[in-house]
Amino acid sequence: MTTPGSLDLRAVGKTYAVDGRPLTVLQDIDLRIEPGEFLAIVGASGCGKSTLLRLIIGLDDGYDGDILLDGHRITGPGLERGIVFQEHRLFPWLTVEENVGIGLEATSVPAAEKRRAIREHIDLVGLSGFEKAYPYQLSGGMAQRAAIARGLVNRPEILLLDEPLGALDSLTRVHLQDELLRIWTQENVTMLLVTHDVEEAVYLADRVVVMEPRPGRIRRILPIDLPRPRNRAAPAFAAVKETIIQELRR
Amino acid sequence: MPAAPPFLHAPGPRIRRGAVLPAALLLAWAAAHSGLVNGHLLVPVEKVALVPFLDPQGIHLWPGLAASLARMAAGFTIGAAAGLLLGLSMGLSRTADRLFGPTLHAVRQIALYAWIPLLTAWFGNGEPAKVVFIALSAFFPMVLNTQEGLRTVPAAYREVARVLTLSRWQLLRRVLLPGAMPSIAIGVQLALIYAWLATVGAEYAMGLGRGVGTLLSEGREHFRMDIVIVGVLTLALVGFAINAAFGRIFARALRWRGPAR
Repeated sequence: MTTPGSLDLRAVGKTYAVDGRPLTVLQDIDLRIEPGEFLAIVGASGCGKSTLLRLIIGLDDGYDGDILLDGHRITGPGLERGIVFQEHRLFPWLTVEENVGIGLEATSVPAAEKRRAIREHIDLVGLSGFEKAYPYQLSGGMAQRAAIARGLVNRPEILLLDEPLGALDSLTRVHLQDELLRIWTQENVTMLLVTHDVEEAVYLADRVVVMEPRPGRIRRILPIDLPRPRNRAAPAFAAVKETIIQELRR
Repeated sequence: MPAAPPFLHAPGPRIRRGAVLPAALLLAWAAAHSGLVNGHLLVPVEKVALVPFLDPQGIHLWPGLAASLARMAAGFTIGAAAGLLLGLSMGLSRTADRLFGPTLHAVRQIALYAWIPLLTAWFGNGEPAKVVFIALSAFFPMVLNTQEGLRTVPAAYREVARVLTLSRWQLLRRVLLPGAMPSIAIGVQLALIYAWLATVGAEYAMGLGRGVGTLLSEGREHFRMDIVIVGVLTLALVGFAINAAFGRIFARALRWRGPAR
């Protein structure tokens, strides 16, 4: 029996054909993500971490092994999984509330309920007052908040975050990391974050998965036992960060 | 939050500045007439201004203009609708693109006015030939811009639609059509301009019936330069008005693009 929000990866692999030759980008990924967990995946570019996320969200069909969400094998996208991309990917022709609302477009939720969910999630990400703004009127951080609201408005069991803060300036990034933690606690949703920022991973995650490239494999999984709120300047924090960086360098 | 949505074509000072050149030309015209040129070829400004109201031939401008506009509306509606439909099907379905694409791109190489002999042979010199000609002129910019608009909607947006499990209809209505709208708007604007040019061209070349083009060709035949000039000015003003009106409509519909485009 599984609890909602548990993700099970069993011997997951992915091979593309490049110029007629097979290229393995992911190999033997075994990973279990517990309900409500905040898991971060770090790795050099080309280690397949984004590919892994695309497999889990269902954008990329055809993989080896099994990806099980609550015991069911994933085939194609589904609303029980949400995603936030590195670029916010808001539709420029929709306002903030319409962009959040489009997350509910494919559901049969009654209109009044939809409006309530949209308002709640705009509140959740701190964008109240910007409901009618178009994406071009938002800063990068605000746009990413709206994208998070869109990813969560369906109340998915798991939210996938594909380097969502990677394109933001460092001040905004640090601020939004705290916001992510708050949203995670408040919504009680499983979060799977892919990032190349080791500090971000250590600051946010319960466990950090270190991946290595060619082919993409898991090198090590480190539990982060530091109490929250974490202090980036603390020696213990620096030690964990250093361990991960050493793993990445090897 | 930023205030009122900005318009693509801000009116006001720009129009005033744009009026400088026509005003200067008008002055030059009046000056030239006072002595320099043969009176038959260059008529006085004030006479031209009164022609549409007082001259027994000139007042034909108004029913002619109404007939031209009605003709243009009919041709534009048919051509643009057909172009929109074909553009949509070619932009949405690779099969449709492969089926119609090569023929379309071959046929559109034919200069528009080269169709006239064929059209008059098929439809005669009357209304149907003119409307078909106008429709044809509106059709091509509409097809091409609609298809191009759909084709260039970023794949990233299609992925979002897939992740949100939107149906094909929802994808079309919420993602593809709005994404293609800037390009479709350009298509409509081009189609309008072409349709108006084609209206006058058709009337000029296929002489039966009323219209501004007919008025022009008659004015030329009877050596009435005042009527010719009135006709030409009318063409310019109507074209300008159509363009300005639709510019406003699209600026409003595309306000999500923001200023400074």
